[in-house]
Amino acid sequence: MNFVRTLLGCCVAVAGTVVIVPTAFAADPIKIGSVLSITGPASYIGEPEAKTLQLYVDQINAAGGVIGRQIQLITYDDASDANKARTLATRVTEQDNVAVMVGGSTTGTTMAMVPVMEGAELPFMSLAGSVNIVEPVKKWVFKSPHTDRMGCEKNFADMKKRGFTKIALIAGTDGFGTSMREQCLKVVGNYGITILIDQTYGAQDTDMTPQLTKVKNTPGVQAVMNTGASGQGAAVLTRNYGQLGMTGIPMYQNSGVASKAFIELAGPAAEGVRLPAAALLVADKLPSSDAQKPVVVGYTQAFEKATKQPVSTFGGGAYDGLMMVVNAIRKANSAEPAKIRDALEQTRGFVGTAGIVNMSPKDHLGLTVDAFRMVEIKSGDWSLVD
Amino acid sequence: MSAFLQYLFSGLTVGAVYAIVAIGFTLIYAASDVVNFAQGEFVMLGGMLSVFFLGLGLPLAGAAALAVVITIVVGVLLQKLAIEQARAASPVTLIIITLGASNVLRGVASLVFDKQFHSLPAFSGSNPIAVGGATILPQSLWVLGGSIAMFVGLWLFLDKTLTGKALRASAANRFAAQLVGVNIGFILVLAFGLSAGLGAIAGILVAPITLTRYDVGALLALKGFSAAIFGGLGNPVGAVIGGLVLGVIEALAAGYVTSVYKDGVAFVALIAVLLFMPNGLLGSKTVDRV
Amino acid sequence: MSTDELQGPARRALNRDVIAAVALPVLIAVLPLVVSSNYVTRVLALVWIMALAAVGLHILMGLAGQISLGHAGFFGIGAYACAVLPTRYGVPPLVAVLVGIAASGVIAYVVGRPILRLRGHYLAIATLGFSLLIALVITSEVALTGGPDGTDVKRLVIGDTRLTKPIAWYWIGGGLLVVGNAIAVALRVSPTGRALRGILDSETAAASLGVDVALRKVQAFVIAAVYASVAGSALALMNGFVTPDVANFQTSVEFVAMVVIGGASTPIGAILGAALLTLLPQLLASFHDYQEIAIGLIIMLAMIYLPRGLGPSFGRLVGGLVARRTR
Repeated sequence: MNFVRTLLGCCVAVAGTVVIVPTAFAADPIKIGSVLSITGPASYIGEPEAKTLQLYVDQINAAGGVIGRQIQLITYDDASDANKARTLATRVTEQDNVAVMVGGSTTGTTMAMVPVMEGAELPFMSLAGSVNIVEPVKKWVFKSPHTDRMGCEKNFADMKKRGFTKIALIAGTDGFGTSMREQCLKVVGNYGITILIDQTYGAQDTDMTPQLTKVKNTPGVQAVMNTGASGQGAAVLTRNYGQLGMTGIPMYQNSGVASKAFIELAGPAAEGVRLPAAALLVADKLPSSDAQKPVVVGYTQAFEKATKQPVSTFGGGAYDGLMMVVNAIRKANSAEPAKIRDALEQTRGFVGTAGIVNMSPKDHLGLTVDAFRMVEIKSGDWSLVD
Repeated sequence: MSAFLQYLFSGLTVGAVYAIVAIGFTLIYAASDVVNFAQGEFVMLGGMLSVFFLGLGLPLAGAAALAVVITIVVGVLLQKLAIEQARAASPVTLIIITLGASNVLRGVASLVFDKQFHSLPAFSGSNPIAVGGATILPQSLWVLGGSIAMFVGLWLFLDKTLTGKALRASAANRFAAQLVGVNIGFILVLAFGLSAGLGAIAGILVAPITLTRYDVGALLALKGFSAAIFGGLGNPVGAVIGGLVLGVIEALAAGYVTSVYKDGVAFVALIAVLLFMPNGLLGSKTVDRV
Repeated sequence: MSTDELQGPARRALNRDVIAAVALPVLIAVLPLVVSSNYVTRVLALVWIMALAAVGLHILMGLAGQISLGHAGFFGIGAYACAVLPTRYGVPPLVAVLVGIAASGVIAYVVGRPILRLRGHYLAIATLGFSLLIALVITSEVALTGGPDGTDVKRLVIGDTRLTKPIAWYWIGGGLLVVGNAIAVALRVSPTGRALRGILDSETAAASLGVDVALRKVQAFVIAAVYASVAGSALALMNGFVTPDVANFQTSVEFVAMVVIGGASTPIGAILGAALLTLLPQLLASFHDYQEIAIGLIIMLAMIYLPRGLGPSFGRLVGGLVARRTR
């Protein structure tokens, strides 16, 4: 009797040690850095990104973390300033010793941080829009949202389908608006479309009727495309469009107009507006056979429940970026920066909110134009176009 | 012709917003020689607080009234807790204090409210009114009317009432005003409170057109200050005219010259005017002690 | 005019400035011994660069008493000269720096002559408008400047080394600051400086004493512009990247705040102000949403309770302690 009990006791002790000792060593968290524009002019981009990252890091940690380790998310606010972003990037790589960064809300802040990340040899998953981030490909830099050029191409393809060959272009003078305008001017010829008139407006302007009046008075304009994203600019522009009675001319917006808030703010003039959108925006309209449906519905529910605000593709981009990094860590079974980078580059068939991602050494974005869905605003809601 | 008319309407709409902010600057300057860069935040508070209370279920009138009252309290607190404490400081120091205050107000707003853009319902609908081939929103007329009403009210107050004259006296020479029995403390509180209230009303009037967010204050302050200077600092008429002219120049530049540099054209015009009229369009010559 | 004739408070102020001007290089030389992190080195390098621009503004505001809300315009010219000229026109970076200085100086002269006839708030708006114009041109001429998203800057190469590490810019920035500060202190007691201070006290009185007020004001404006341009070039070369933020209104306001909070009456004030406003956001970086509130409050409290600025207040504190000790 005594002998059996002692043997049992020893077995329990050994079993306990085998369980306890590894977990004691596994306390070392994986550090993920994030420099985002949580305040400042780009805060409408950075805030949903920050909220998304925190939400999902908490969720992952509650479920046991990644490769047995917890994630420590270190977030800093660059106030939409590239110089501050640069300093914070140095801080995050040197002081906080992160393994990887998911951040850079705007192209300006991203490009300012790229030299730091490349110098420190840490993988950098950018959440910004410009195609210049991944073209030419930089070894350590990746990107999760669609590029601005894809936004142009999607719109132009749809215009071509509807037989529009002469259009007006109107662009916001913020970073996104300007870089998208540059890209659109580059590719517009490929679709047999000419731009008859080309106007700009300040991203924080409150009245664009002069510019729109000029467009209205240009004969032969068959469609109008807006490349400015800032939450306010696109909405005010659309309202002005309605005020001037121009809703007869089809209007195309861009993917930066990324949430239901636009429809609300733009009012009745938004009816009939078309834009390229990530599947996220039309989550409930997707057929159940769509591979992205579970992901986007899941994200929408989680985000809206946690923040009581409508989803936006900026938050979706943050989700995609984080998940790809987490998957890369799992695949590499290591939190070493070089291994994470290699695993990221091998991302295949990742189903995100923006599309299905297939990266390669030459393609650090992994999305094609088809990942965009063409949507039209009907009766105050998004609806898929064919 | 209808294009010109449209540009004019656009300019008047935008200009009325500038004018209404400029009036707030002018009032405080008229009373205390302080340029209050937190003026833009008063406008923001008017709009955002109204949105907040509307969201809680109050009717527009009630939400607006509550928003104005709270903003007036904020203005008075700013005067009592900050400006009054630094009463002997140089003008630049006071400007820096108000800039610090605007940072604080913006930061608090970002925490209490959210960072999204919001609109307020237009007072009398949003069907554009057609005039001579151009259109103007009814709300623009409210803004224009509001700024004219404010300016008239202010002018009457400053010129015709005893308190108003006391206010102008305390700016002209604080010591002398105290000698004749003016209660400076009260005058200053009045100036800031009134300015805050007017700013809040402005915010409620313009939010249906311009949308509002926790950080709209900074740009508004900049434009309002420019308009106030343009028209002549300290002169309510100047504030209104300065604002309207600035807005119209911007719109005409966008329409006839280039939309890219419209702000630039406006500022060049402003600087050009100042070079010929160093005290603004309607400013009076200042007398400096040497 | 020799400095021997200075007496009383003026003499003490000069002594204080000279002591500070000597202490500064010692501080710069000693700090790297205790600081090894790249991050802190970078922040300090940033402090030196911003302080250089702030000292320039001090010369305009503290010596000549002219307010400028457009200092960042020249900062931007210096920064973009180093961004545009080497990459688009093959100009070597050091030459680009000189071109930036020349451009800033010329523009300051041409714009300053008419604008500086204005006073007070009117001058503030005119300088503001002018710098907004510069920022607008930088943002809009996308083909030239890369537009709002900014553009790469070719790094400075001395001999065989590409100057990319923060420590290199720590030394360069520090060296530039020491020189800039020394010039500012010397300027104060030079005939030019005395003329400028006369204008600060009373333009009419100075004019009646034979000071060419208009010329002197423009001189101060040009000198300030040159300081800002050098600082801007240093920032661009250090970062390897530049965006139009360097020329915007916010940056101008930051410079003014640095000068005023640190104490407009002494160059050391500008340096202290620059240190405070550069270090504070870094110290408060983990506070996210509360950062803006905290910084705003600190600025307000500093200005309410130390209206003469940090520099003079510390100076008086130290002086008081010393006096008590030596009694």
